[in-house]
Amino acid sequence: MAEPVLHIDNLHLRRGTRPILTGVTLAVPGGELVAIMGPSGSGKTTVLRTVAGLERFDSGRIAVDGVTLEGGAAIPSSTLKQLRRKVGMVFQFHCLFEHLSAIANVCLAPVHAHGVAPAHAEGRARELLGAFGVQHRAAAFPRELSGGEAQRVAIARALAVDSPVLLMVEPTASLDPLRRAELGELLRGLLAQGRTLVVATHDEEFARDWATRIVRMADGQIAG
Amino acid sequence: MSRFAATIALVAIVCAGPAQRGLHASDRPAVFRWAGDPEGGAPFVEADPSHPDELVGFDVEIATLLARGLGRRPEFVNITFTSIDQSIARGDADIGMSGIEDTPARRTTLAVTVPYYEFREVLSVRDGDASRLRTLADLRGKRVATLTGTIAYEILLRAEAEHGISAVSYEDDVHPFSDLAIGRVDAVLLDNVLAERRHRTISGFTIQPQTVAIGHYVGVLAAGNAPLRDTIDELLRGAMRDGRLERIFRKWRVWNDDQPKLYAQILAGQPIAPVIGLDASASVAAISKWEAAKRYLPSLLQASTVTIVLSCLSMALAVGIGVLIATGRVYGGRLARLALTSYVELIRGTPILLQLFVLYYGLAAAIRLPAFAAALLGLALNYAAYESEIYRSALEAVSTGQLEAARTLGLSERQVLTLVRAAQAFRLALAPMTNDFIALLKDSSLVSVLTVLELTKQTQIFATNLGSWVIPGTLCAALYLAMSLPLAAVARRMERHWRSGS
Repeated sequence: MAEPVLHIDNLHLRRGTRPILTGVTLAVPGGELVAIMGPSGSGKTTVLRTVAGLERFDSGRIAVDGVTLEGGAAIPSSTLKQLRRKVGMVFQFHCLFEHLSAIANVCLAPVHAHGVAPAHAEGRARELLGAFGVQHRAAAFPRELSGGEAQRVAIARALAVDSPVLLMVEPTASLDPLRRAELGELLRGLLAQGRTLVVATHDEEFARDWATRIVRMADGQIAG
Repeated sequence: MSRFAATIALVAIVCAGPAQRGLHASDRPAVFRWAGDPEGGAPFVEADPSHPDELVGFDVEIATLLARGLGRRPEFVNITFTSIDQSIARGDADIGMSGIEDTPARRTTLAVTVPYYEFREVLSVRDGDASRLRTLADLRGKRVATLTGTIAYEILLRAEAEHGISAVSYEDDVHPFSDLAIGRVDAVLLDNVLAERRHRTISGFTIQPQTVAIGHYVGVLAAGNAPLRDTIDELLRGAMRDGRLERIFRKWRVWNDDQPKLYAQILAGQPIAPVIGLDASASVAAISKWEAAKRYLPSLLQASTVTIVLSCLSMALAVGIGVLIATGRVYGGRLARLALTSYVELIRGTPILLQLFVLYYGLAAAIRLPAFAAALLGLALNYAAYESEIYRSALEAVSTGQLEAARTLGLSERQVLTLVRAAQAFRLALAPMTNDFIALLKDSSLVSVLTVLELTKQTQIFATNLGSWVIPGTLCAALYLAMSLPLAAVARRMERHWRSGS
C-alpha cells in the first residue's frame, strides 16, 4: 500500500456539548477514491470540512501531503494557505460564484490567489472545461447551467488550483443515472492522473461502482 | 423661517380640519384669525418669556386692536414667515401680520392694508470694518447676508449685478448676525428694527447710519377679501389719528420720527410707494408670469447644478463611509461594532435638519465649515448611516457557501470580501441605493437652512417675488424629474444587465 496522502488521526469535534466527531481515524493512500458513507448526521460531511480547513476541531491531527493541522487551536493562516494548495473541495450545491461566468469561476483562484497570468489561467480553464465536456458553457452564468453542468464546472474550478486531493460532498445528488456514470468515468480519469479523492455520499450504488474503498461512519466514528 | 416651524404649521393646518379651512370673514364672525411667525420674535410676535403659551409683540397688539374694532375675538394662526402670503391666499387666516413688507408682488397678488410702520434697510458690518464698509458699493467681492423672501434680498440680488457683491440668504434673522460676528459673512442688510433687536444680544457689529432703502410693514389679506381690508384700513387710520399705534410702538421701543410723517401722508390720502429706493419696475411682479419664468430659468438651472453636484458628491462620500461602516460592523471587533452601531442609531434616530444645524451653527465655535462643505458633509454623514445598513444586510445576504467555496480555493479573507462577497452584495444593494440617491437628491433641499442656494430655495425665492407657486413649482418639479428620471433609468439598466448576466 502506498504512503497515505491524507491521514486523519483520532479526530474529535464538539459543538457546544454535542459530540460531532468522536475519534475519527482514516488513512487514504494516493490514487484512491474513498467513499465515506453513513446516515445523515453521522459526521461524514464534517470530516471533509475539517480536512478542507473550514471547521476547527478539538483534538486530533490531520496531515495532507505534508501539511499538518493540529486540533485545539485556530489553524494559523500560513498553514491554511499551504493546505489550500493541497485540498480542493466540491460542495453539494456546487457553490459556483453567482456573479461570475463559468470560465471566470474557474480562473478566479489561479489568478488572484496563486498569481497565474490571466491569459495562462484562461487557457488552462478552457482545457479543464473541455476535458469535462462543458467548454461550450464557458460564458454561461451559474443560474443558466444545469445541475450536471454546474457540477462539472465546480470540479474544474477545484482542479484549476491543481490540488492533489479532491473532496466532494454528495456529488451524485443532482444527477440522473446517465450523468452519474459520466461522473464516475470523470473521477476515474482523475485517479489515473494520480489524484486522491474522498467523497461523502448516500449513494450506495455509485460508491459500489466507482469507489476503490468504502468507509462507513455512524455517530461520529468510523464504523467499518 | 425654519422648516420645523413650517412642518408644525402645516400639521396644525391639516389637523384643524375642513371646518377651519377656507375661512373668510363671514364664516365665523366671532373670530378674527391672524397669522404670524413667532420665530420672528420680538418686537413683532414672540412667545411671552414669562407665559410661553401667550404671545406678545407689536403685531400681536395691533391684531388685538383690529379684532376689537371689528367686534371679534383675535385668534393666532402660526405660519412660517416665508409661507404667510400663500397661506393667506388659500384662506388659512383672515390677515397676515408679522413684519410683512409692502412689496410690488404683494400688491399684485394680495389685498394689502395701508402701511402701519416705516423701516429703513440698513447695513451692519463688523466693528473693525465700520469705517471702510459703509455702502453696498464698498462691498465688492464680499458676502452680504439677509433673510429669504425680503426686499433686502431683492436689493442684494441687484447689488450682485451692480456692485459685484455676493448675496447669502438665510431662513431666519438671527444667524445672519451671528455669522457676521464670526466672519462667515462680511455684512448684513436687513431692516433697522431687526438689526437693532439683534444688536442687543450679539456684539461685535456696527449698524451703519446710511439708509439703503425705505420700506413699510403692512397686513396682507386674500385678494378676494378687499372689503375687510378696507374696514381694517379705516381702523388703522383711526389708530394713527388717536395715537393708539404710537403707544404700541413706543411700548416696544421702535417709535421714531419717521412714523408721524408716514401717518400724516396716509391720513392726507397720499399714495405710498411699496419700496422707496428700489426700482419697482424691475420687480418680477410687474411683468407677465411667462416673462418672469424666462427671466428666472437661468438661475433655476444654476441652482439645479448646485443640487446635482451636491447630491452626487454627498452620495459618493456617503457610499464610501457607508462601505467602511458596514465592513466594520460585519468584520470588526466588539468595540468597533458597538461604536459603529451607535453612530448609525444616533444618525437615524435624529432629524437631518438638526444634524445640519449642529454641524454648521452648533460647531461654529470650534470649526467654521463653509456652507457648501457643511451641507456636503451633513448629507454624506446622514446618508452614510442608511447606506451602511443596506451594505451590511447585502453582505450578510451572501450565502456562507459562496464564502467557503472562495476560502477553499485559497483566496485570502480580504479577497473573499472584495472578489466575492462585496461583488455580490453590490448587486443586491443597487436597487435600494438608487432609491436613496433619488431621496438624497430631494433631501438636498434641506441644506438651504445653511444658506446654500439650491433648487428648492431658488424656487421659493422666485415664488415669493412672483407671488405665485404655479409656474415656479412646475419648473422646479420638471427640473427635479429631469435629474431623477435618467438616474432611475440608468439604475434599471444596470440591474437588468446583471440580472441577464451579459
